[in-house]
Amino acid sequence: MKDKVKLLDKDSLNRCLVRIAHEILEKNKGSEDLCLVGIRNRGAYLARRLVDCIENIDKQRIPVGILDITLYRDDLSLIAAQPVVHKTEIDFDITDKNVVLVDDVLYTGRTVRAALDALIDLGRPKSIQLAVLVDRGHRELPIRADYVGKNIPTSVDEAVEVRLIEADSKDEVVIVTKD
Amino acid sequence: MVWARKDLLGLEDLNKEEIELILATAESFKEVSSREIKKVPALRGKTVVNLFYEPSTRTRVSFEVAAKRLSADVINIAAQESSVRKGETLIDTGRNIEALKADIIVIRHNASGAATMLARRVGICVVNAGDGWHEHPTQALLDIFTLKERLGRIEGLNVAIVGDIAHSRVARSNIWGLTKLGAKVTICAPAMLIPPGIEEMGCKITYNIDDALRHADAVNVLRMQFERDEGNAFPQQLEYFKNFGITKERLEKAKKDIIIMHPGPINRGIEISSEVADCSNSVILEQVTNGIAVRMAVLFLVAQGLEKKNEPLN
Repeated sequence: MKDKVKLLDKDSLNRCLVRIAHEILEKNKGSEDLCLVGIRNRGAYLARRLVDCIENIDKQRIPVGILDITLYRDDLSLIAAQPVVHKTEIDFDITDKNVVLVDDVLYTGRTVRAALDALIDLGRPKSIQLAVLVDRGHRELPIRADYVGKNIPTSVDEAVEVRLIEADSKDEVVIVTKD
Repeated sequence: MVWARKDLLGLEDLNKEEIELILATAESFKEVSSREIKKVPALRGKTVVNLFYEPSTRTRVSFEVAAKRLSADVINIAAQESSVRKGETLIDTGRNIEALKADIIVIRHNASGAATMLARRVGICVVNAGDGWHEHPTQALLDIFTLKERLGRIEGLNVAIVGDIAHSRVARSNIWGLTKLGAKVTICAPAMLIPPGIEEMGCKITYNIDDALRHADAVNVLRMQFERDEGNAFPQQLEYFKNFGITKERLEKAKKDIIIMHPGPINRGIEISSEVADCSNSVILEQVTNGIAVRMAVLFLVAQGLEKKNEPLN
């Protein structure tokens, strides 16, 4: 794997999040009944940052949770490396809430499909919206994002890596080539 | 850490990392049982067969609940009412279950080694739910899980196991698991209920209950298995309670926050007093709750491990 193109650096990544935070507030007409749920691992970090951004704008702290979708995947037996099951940590009731699902990269849509099933097992939200930092195309399911940080046309031979300080010691988004 | 076994037969076979993986996975599964909809689709389309040659309610129900919360289909076979009574061997029963395209057999058997023998002869997953006096790995795992949840660690803990060690697969699995994770284990029982050579498993022996309790962070109280008494190895019930029973008076000399565990079913007034069984130090019902999470983790992991399994012998 080799870094090919840097798509976002620390500042541009941050600007994307601030813009998404504004869009979420605009679409939901404020932060009432709003909550964020991040998909492990990087989606969870992004969700926490978005909650901070929303607090800066709206002066309201909205609830944020973490979703682990391992048990809902449709490819459990296909992946070579066994996924480790982590906890789902959503300590508020999502019923009748507007839930914004947060993930780092939207690709085939299968992760989001699993996350929708996982969420609906936890309650009946008023709505579920989807925020992603990067949409790289190549969908295999009829799923689209409501909030996108950056649309990036990619080839299937490439991978998009979102690196965040919480896990990777720096903030950046890069395209890497498999070789 | 990758789980690469198709079976869980005992804790003797596992290394520290494998035990820790089960415990960590169980921790993630515990949350599922606190949901309004207590179900995840992880084992959807899989079939789990509970094959029980010995009467058991809590272990069987616990496995059944665990499998159902993972969306597996569950079939219960009690040997007393099955073709075993018509003379079918364990291996034939196992192969028939395999031919039904079941995915996991959970077996309880009165013969030590039954689970291991079955696992070698079928290609599907086998989980030992207790074999004779040998091992009862999921019970030990849930005991260890409960301890870890309460005290935050296992390494360095002093754990006393009191009661009928000789006939106890729970004791053996606990000794293997706890010592591998770095706990110090002391067993305590009347001399005739301590099998010779057990100290080679890495535990200390005492015949004095007060000695066993003095430094213990936790005590695991085993049930007196009167149904296994073949001769006169067992003391009178009242005599046992007097000398080894866990009572409030005895605990006054122990650590104030000592944890009281018991695999159940408890015999009140024989190995443990009612007062102690119901006191705030007792985690007996937490053990039952945690048993579900631990068994979900085991079923989930062996089903994953099946992909990496070796072919059956025969």
